[in-house]
Amino acid sequence: MAETMILIAGRTSKQGTSLNAGKLKDEYRDVTSTVEMNTDDMSRLSLKDGDPIRLSTSIGETMVRCKGRKPVDLPAGMLFIAYGPPSSQLLGSDTAGTGMPPSKHYEVTVEKVAAGP
Amino acid sequence: MSENIRVVEHATCTFCGCVCDDMKLTVDLDKHCITKADNACVLGKAWFAEHVIEDRPAALIDGHPASVEDAVAEAARILVTARFPITYGLSDTTCEAQREALAIVDLIRGTVDTTTSVCHGPTGIAFQGVGESTMTLGEVKNRADLLIFWGGNPGEAHPRLFARYAVTTKGMFIPNGKKDRTIVMVDVRRTPSTPVANIFLQVKPGRDFELLWALRAMVKGRKVNPDVEQVTGVPLAAMQDLVERMKNCRYGVLFFGMGLTMTRGRHFNAGALLALATDLNEFTHFVAKPVRGHGNVTGADNLTSWTTGYPFGVNFSRGYPRFNPGEFTTVDTLSRGDADAALIIASDPGSNFPKAAIEHMKRIPVIVLDTKATETTRLARVAFTTATYGINVGGTVYRMDDVPITLRPAFDSPYPSDQTVLTAIKNKVRELIGDTRASGAARAAA
Repeated sequence: MAETMILIAGRTSKQGTSLNAGKLKDEYRDVTSTVEMNTDDMSRLSLKDGDPIRLSTSIGETMVRCKGRKPVDLPAGMLFIAYGPPSSQLLGSDTAGTGMPPSKHYEVTVEKVAAGP
Repeated sequence: MSENIRVVEHATCTFCGCVCDDMKLTVDLDKHCITKADNACVLGKAWFAEHVIEDRPAALIDGHPASVEDAVAEAARILVTARFPITYGLSDTTCEAQREALAIVDLIRGTVDTTTSVCHGPTGIAFQGVGESTMTLGEVKNRADLLIFWGGNPGEAHPRLFARYAVTTKGMFIPNGKKDRTIVMVDVRRTPSTPVANIFLQVKPGRDFELLWALRAMVKGRKVNPDVEQVTGVPLAAMQDLVERMKNCRYGVLFFGMGLTMTRGRHFNAGALLALATDLNEFTHFVAKPVRGHGNVTGADNLTSWTTGYPFGVNFSRGYPRFNPGEFTTVDTLSRGDADAALIIASDPGSNFPKAAIEHMKRIPVIVLDTKATETTRLARVAFTTATYGINVGGTVYRMDDVPITLRPAFDSPYPSDQTVLTAIKNKVRELIGDTRASGAARAAA
């Protein structure tokens, strides 16, 4: 079942260290395709760490893996992802005359998908 | 480890805007790598360890190895024949290279924009409207007894900001370090930075402006509608407590991140925070500073400002600089399909720009200068592998507080510097422009 949540993209230590090794390498791809989710939300959606989910907006969609964060750290209905190619697939280009696309706090649809073989 | 070792004292890390200049690097000159980086944070250690000499062609044209000379010629040809060429990036290279890029843009009557437009560009807009009560990080270290971090996560993005400049470090008038300071964090979620705070205010997403405006009113002694508590998620008592602390501190600092500039409201959010700092100077000394990202993004702002009069998003198509965010900023020029060629310097918009912008980059000739392979180099018509600033190349970078710092490189690279490549492109453009400048001028007059 699909749910609407708020996605925040940002920087992390692992993203920072892995981009030095190379943005085309597996570690960077892994870091930027992992989305953090409130563990209560994960339980409700029958998700566990590492499960694949689809995030989509009116712009596009991307497949990522989820990772739980304690409710005290990440409020219900909120997701966090490190900037990278997956998050850019969801990003609108209307800068409202500023040059800045709305890169944080945008609504995404979250869907559980079947794990691959 | 070989016996051919060199130690570089007081080297500078250019990974983030802290630009820490107290590195002690141990360099293996035979293996062309840095084996130890004393004083570096986790990001700095990765920066120094991973920038080794890779086995990549110095230049590629359409994905095939080419000489630097041929790649320079092709890059210059692309730039002078384009009708709306854009130049973007610049934040991870030296001021000396940035200056060459600006010269090219001027010659080809192009558009120049930096990563600032997708970082603290809205803050730059707010500076123009509100102004900036500013400082150096040295003043923060020595004087600040109240620090408010708003919409940022320096613990992960700028790890030494806390220890070297702002929180735990001892200063001239802060002899006991963190014990003499009060640390406040305002954010929509708890981050690895949060534990350092004495006070954490969790604001609802997208409600920073409302919280800042309420604080401004309370600082001025006005009553605020109690509904602001529901709107922002922050209790009125916590707001009042913060107001009292801000008015009664000796030296207050508002550090802010992209939690303000990347959300709805953008420059209004940044402007509200800058205005709050200005208001507080009625009561005490208060300053505000954006926590900047890439190593020399502040240099890009400074250099573009002193060269053109504007910090980013500058167009030369009429022969003089014009500034208009939304029109001349890169997300816009790419997403709308305006740009017909792109010169990307030390940046990777192919990885993190909106989908529409990336799709347009695939349709136009793109020239890239980067130290490593990226999504942007993969889509480039012409790609240069360049030497890493601060590790292989000397020059000047600006710390996030606008303080220029000279680099001390560790070892030589077989690849040319960004400055060398850009100077060669500039000279080639000058050669070619004799044929095309006249038609360009005629086009402008038509």
